Amino acid sequence: MNTEKNIKTLIIKKPLKLDCGKTIKDFPIAYETYGSLNSKKDNAILVFHALTGDQFVTGINPITNKEGWWSYAVGPDKAIDTNKYFVICSNVIGGCMGSYGPSHKDPDQKIFGTNFPVITINDMVNAQYNLLDHFGIDKLFSITGGSMGGMQVLQFISNFPDKSKTVIPIATTSSHSAQNIAFNELGRQAITADSNWKDGNYTSNETNPGKGLAVARMAAHITYLSKKGLQEKFGRKLQEREDLKFGFDADFQIESYLRYQGSVFVDRFDANSYLYITRAMDYFDLAKQFKGNLSEAFINTNAKFFIISFTSDWLYPTQENKDIVIALNSIGADVGFVEIKSDKGHDSFLLDVPDFLNALKNFLDKSYEEN
Amino acid sequence: MKNEFQVIADLIEKDKKVLDVGCADGTLMKFLKDNKNINIRGLEISKEKVQECIAKGLTVIEGNAEKDLKQFPDKSFDYVVLSQTLQAFLNPELVLNELLRVGKKAIVTIPNFGYWKVRFHLLLKGTMPITKTLPDEWYNTPNLHMCTIKDFFHFVKSRDIKIFKSLALNNVNTSIINESNLGIKNLFADLGIFLIEK
Repeated sequence: MNTEKNIKTLIIKKPLKLDCGKTIKDFPIAYETYGSLNSKKDNAILVFHALTGDQFVTGINPITNKEGWWSYAVGPDKAIDTNKYFVICSNVIGGCMGSYGPSHKDPDQKIFGTNFPVITINDMVNAQYNLLDHFGIDKLFSITGGSMGGMQVLQFISNFPDKSKTVIPIATTSSHSAQNIAFNELGRQAITADSNWKDGNYTSNETNPGKGLAVARMAAHITYLSKKGLQEKFGRKLQEREDLKFGFDADFQIESYLRYQGSVFVDRFDANSYLYITRAMDYFDLAKQFKGNLSEAFINTNAKFFIISFTSDWLYPTQENKDIVIALNSIGADVGFVEIKSDKGHDSFLLDVPDFLNALKNFLDKSYEEN
Repeated sequence: MKNEFQVIADLIEKDKKVLDVGCADGTLMKFLKDNKNINIRGLEISKEKVQECIAKGLTVIEGNAEKDLKQFPDKSFDYVVLSQTLQAFLNPELVLNELLRVGKKAIVTIPNFGYWKVRFHLLLKGTMPITKTLPDEWYNTPNLHMCTIKDFFHFVKSRDIKIFKSLALNNVNTSIINESNLGIKNLFADLGIFLIEK
């Protein structure tokens, strides 16, 4: 899983106090960059990845040999144009693509498993902030990300209000809803119910809770799509058969598709990381950090915000994105908002949705011209 | 840019903060931003138009004036502009009150149903009037609450709304409307432009 080759890491020497109370230091942050930083160092964009993403935003991911998770949006001449901008992305702490996480060893050389400290979105962005120092960037041109990436965007600008000129949270929320928590709990239960999980100590005996993790992924995958999108793509089409088989094999294409999604996921993702990262999402409640007033989170920033949601996203619906817009407007912040029409559900931000990609490109390029 | 926008722009001083409600493709916003250094925001219901504004580098919020103005704090803009849209709301009075709450001043323009061509059309043809400012058929017009310059003038007075300036526009000609020439302006202007405050 954690092939060390092709993974760039930065060791963070400075101690980081986590929300859970523990302090970590000398820990690795795995990152990747695209494009080049200009001499004024004013063209950097920090991209935050979602739950199952990693630092390999675009091009071929050297670990999985598949396209990077945001290949539609990031690259030469794309919405986030790497001919123009310097894109940085790092694996979140708690993750499993090189950054400090539960598959790492503790000081006694024992794999952490569930002894890894519980981390939060706040801890993730505080860790990633070290990348600015590493690259000598005083102020980013933009920060962006969808889903959990959007949560990190919101937390980052709240923690470091003068560190980015523009802020683009996409298909996200300022507070994980009961429904969001419920789906994450379903995934965690699937993992922990797998007898191979062994209270998180599976790494010691070369087995892993792949079945549980696959079920978690399958359940989550449904929440990333829309009913209409699923119906149009799969309907009741049968999987390589003329008729129903009166059994429990994958008769339907949708079943086969989900099983495939589950099986490829377990090859690249660590079950304990899935527990930790979903927990971080569930704990995310930015308004709560400011006594229930979300506007207070943004009171000290002059950044220009652009918030994007999708019509068919029922996981992080338009209203939850609009709540962020409302909080920003109530303090007179510079905020634009668009809801993109798409049948592709929450996953729209990862896919080829031209209206979304055009809006993203136009916002970035026009804002950069005004720089 | 259409003459109406030039007249609106002339009413706004440099360096102000302005909200354009129903900003469409952002033509007026762009002009105000480029020529008067206005800190400009837009609210627009059409996704396509919002995209056009973003392509112009304008800050726009996709939304509906009847629901989404309430998120803006009191008097948070120097001017709020509403161009030829008041008649299309379900509850124009509510929207007008919101404009006056959010803006220190509001600039409202209305297509004048008292314009002589409109009156003649209905009188002679006996069908719903179609003019340059009222281009739609009865069955597809977005307009729900058409009014005349005189109606609007009386309405704002009855609600204790202060009129700073009221202008009659007929093609390229702009003239001041006052109590004494209201009848004539109501006949010869196809558009009324009002600078108001509450």
